[in-house]
Amino acid sequence: MWKWFHKLASPPHFYALSAKMIPWFFVPGIVLIAYGSWTGLFVAPADYQQGDAFRIIYVHVPAAYLSMMAYMIMAISAGIGLIWRIKLSHAVAAAAAPLGAWFTFLALMTGSIWGRPMWGTWWEWGDPRLTSELIMLFLYFGYMALRAAIDDTGKADKASAVLALVGAVNIPIIHFSVEWWSSLHQGATIVREGGPAMPPEMLIPLLANIFGFTLVFGALLLGRVRTEVLFRERRKRWVRDVVLPAGAEA
Amino acid sequence: MNDVLAMGGYGAYVWTSFGLTLGVLIICMVQGRRRHARVASDVKIRIRAMEAE
Repeated sequence: MWKWFHKLASPPHFYALSAKMIPWFFVPGIVLIAYGSWTGLFVAPADYQQGDAFRIIYVHVPAAYLSMMAYMIMAISAGIGLIWRIKLSHAVAAAAAPLGAWFTFLALMTGSIWGRPMWGTWWEWGDPRLTSELIMLFLYFGYMALRAAIDDTGKADKASAVLALVGAVNIPIIHFSVEWWSSLHQGATIVREGGPAMPPEMLIPLLANIFGFTLVFGALLLGRVRTEVLFRERRKRWVRDVVLPAGAEA
Repeated sequence: MNDVLAMGGYGAYVWTSFGLTLGVLIICMVQGRRRHARVASDVKIRIRAMEAE
């Protein structure tokens, strides 16, 4: 097990293996998103309270879920990198940040567009769910700005890891905000006491999209980690062999 | 067909949300690929320069 793990975490091995893995995440992910979005838009019945506006759930929930998942991947990888000094884990943390920022942006935008017809407002300052999600966007920006400001990759890894870990306190706040405080935002739909608050014909497309977006996110993340690894290992022999294949003269 | 696009009067909200999502996915893919190509070409140039010395 440990031997396998160390081999996987070795940069040249990861670089080669991840290239083969990306399509296995990406293609099924796109298929699931196509199925989930089609059935969510055209087959699932309209909500008895929200009408067809509820269909925004099929993009909003996957985006919001992944915005937090990306932060957890970033913070946990950064923590592992700090403690065990595994180089690959710092690369994962750095690669997760821009994707997390994009998905947070998407969750905020689709939430705002959904809120306009349902709550009568695009945005509500002081709402705990909305505000804590916006804070997460700023945490991502802060993390990326801090990394960009430090030339030395090792120092950037350490400083940004501390920021990622401190900011992780925001994750449970986002998650439980709708329970702890009164919020415009509706409560949990899928994982709640008494089972999902949706009939199967609404729920299945949502699960397909959550799973599909997760797979596509995985493909995007692997791609970005490869870029990070290539840059970080640029002085290594194996990188030379990768970018200048055998026979190519210098 | 028009009924489907109208989404019970919420068409503008629903389609904007789905369009934005598609847009963000495309941006993430293009941005990732471009960055990888740039890093790979920088690394290549550096190695060539070093080996030419």
